[in-house]
Amino acid sequence: MGDINIIFLLAAVIVASTPILLAAIGELVVERAGVLNLGVEGMMITGAVCGYIAGHETSSAVAGFAGAAVGGACVAAIFGVLTLFLLTNQVATGLALTLFGVGLAAMVGQGYSTDTQVLVPKLAIPLLSDIPAIGHIFFKHDLLVYISIALVAAVGYFLRHTRGGLVLRAVGENHEAAHALGYNVRLIRFGAILFGGACAGIGGAYISLVRVPQWTDGITAGAGWIALAIVVFASWKPGRLVAGAYLFGGVTALQLNLQATGLAIPVEYLSMSPYIATIVVLVVLSGSRGPGSLGKTFHASR
Amino acid sequence: MLRLEKRPQPSKAWTYAAPLLAVVITILLGGVLFWLLGKDPIAATRMIFWDPLFGDFAAFYLPELLIKAAPLILIAIGLSFGFQAGIWNIGAEGQYIIGAICAAGVALAFYPLEARWMIFPLMIVAGIAGGAAWAMIPALLRVYFKTNEILVSLMLVYVAEVLINAFSVGLMRNPDGMGFPGSRSLKEYPAAANGDLFPNLGSFGSGIHWGVITALFAVVVAYVFLTRHRFGFNVRLAGQSPRAAAFSGVNPNRLIILCMVLSGGMAGLAGMFEVAGPSGQILGSFPAYYGFTAIIVAFLGRLHPIGIMLAGLLMALTYIGGDAALQPLQLPSASIQVFQGMLLFSLLAVDVLTNYRIRFSKGAIA
Repeated sequence: MGDINIIFLLAAVIVASTPILLAAIGELVVERAGVLNLGVEGMMITGAVCGYIAGHETSSAVAGFAGAAVGGACVAAIFGVLTLFLLTNQVATGLALTLFGVGLAAMVGQGYSTDTQVLVPKLAIPLLSDIPAIGHIFFKHDLLVYISIALVAAVGYFLRHTRGGLVLRAVGENHEAAHALGYNVRLIRFGAILFGGACAGIGGAYISLVRVPQWTDGITAGAGWIALAIVVFASWKPGRLVAGAYLFGGVTALQLNLQATGLAIPVEYLSMSPYIATIVVLVVLSGSRGPGSLGKTFHASR
Repeated sequence: MLRLEKRPQPSKAWTYAAPLLAVVITILLGGVLFWLLGKDPIAATRMIFWDPLFGDFAAFYLPELLIKAAPLILIAIGLSFGFQAGIWNIGAEGQYIIGAICAAGVALAFYPLEARWMIFPLMIVAGIAGGAAWAMIPALLRVYFKTNEILVSLMLVYVAEVLINAFSVGLMRNPDGMGFPGSRSLKEYPAAANGDLFPNLGSFGSGIHWGVITALFAVVVAYVFLTRHRFGFNVRLAGQSPRAAAFSGVNPNRLIILCMVLSGGMAGLAGMFEVAGPSGQILGSFPAYYGFTAIIVAFLGRLHPIGIMLAGLLMALTYIGGDAALQPLQLPSASIQVFQGMLLFSLLAVDVLTNYRIRFSKGAIA
């Protein structure tokens, strides 16, 4: 283990966690509104390819992430129209979205090659980044890392302390009651689904623009599904989401580092650890209850 | 203003019409997609859906159709029971891979023994057992820890993919393979091979191997179980009204385990036939998305055995036609997945007509 630099490892953990955290915070809002969107993987990979192309065509990171958000939201809109207005089964529709997204991304990204580079600006926070070790781990990242944390805080505040958040939770807990109170259940859920798609898209683009940074088929490699698991892990609470995402980022980064050091365990087997860790965590933290109307189809009858 | 009104009973007519309409919509959407990509939509559609069946090379494609449809039908039949009961096994792909690994393991262990009467049946047992055991993990975790079986079964797909990759370069690598990844070819090991049973039928063989026959058999057995046996009744009851099922004495935990083991075993069986026949060896490229496509097959076939058989054949056609169209049209292989995703989307969308009636009404908002 001597070859692993703990400080670099922890900094890598944060980079590995950010795409999962971004996708998970979007899905958390969707699920708190009572919708189970299993298409996170499809939305993420669509965002990854949209962000990659938009970023490289304009040579601008901002345009890249904006393109990713739009791409993710567009495919999420398909899910929204189907589940909310055509009353389809959410599980099946989410699966279709993943299949569709993965295929679409491969189709769009096929043969796209580029010489340009997209630089995502790094932001060293003054003073804090000068602290030895801790400064390097936490305060010398690109902007998206801070944005993802700020987004989690903002969602937490929104859900807990604003009227809009209360309405959204009401829709998720009991859509019949929310409807009876005069709230437009479908509109609120559609908004949440678009937000979830945009977040997943940005998370995907973080992989293709920052973490890898390259476009290859199947680049998200199940990160979207892990994001879904983390929402359960966090028992639908934004604060715990950060811990969950960083835990998984930790397993991923540690596993990559162990592969590099050439441990006695064959490399091939190490790469299954993030998935095993997900299962273990799901088992340990399985007691909590999700939003009351989660996954149920809403149909206002007279 | 359009309004949806729930039907007291799902419409019989639409139950049959919806899949057909969905296929038509998908073909139209696919045409638009090809047109957007700058390809000739009519030629592309013809290449995918018409040429394999009626074109010049139909004799070559027809056996392929059966070879591709068999695993899809086998897996989808297994999944259909769980889906009707609201038990979501999404990890059939993983169970399929593990079934193949276990079956190949048995065959490789006995290599070069010539005892087909023992080895081939043992491989079938190992394939079923492997797939069923892999499906037991999410089943038991769901029963004892209430974990979500969707996520656990899916995570196990990734684990299975890692395993087959690792085995193809490690444990199961062909010692005579000059260092190339991949196991010994089971196709060339007579005691284990799952080859064409009627190779002289047609100029390119019949495509009928043991998996095709088993798939047909599974359709019949599943039909009997679903419509004539208490198990099928319990499954449907648990899906439509879990409370009613509980009052009628259905043990939900037992049902979960039964459905998961059934679907896992069928997927493992499909993996066994595939690794011993068409695919022929343990290799990193063995997973072919059959486990995921089978989910669409199950839905397209309305979770009914006969429907699944037809849907499996149709989906096999998109695989073959898609493959045939890829080269001349310069499309990536993933375009088939786009098609399959669109097919599931349109099927789910059209299904609204099965369960709801469209009403025109003025003014008041529902």
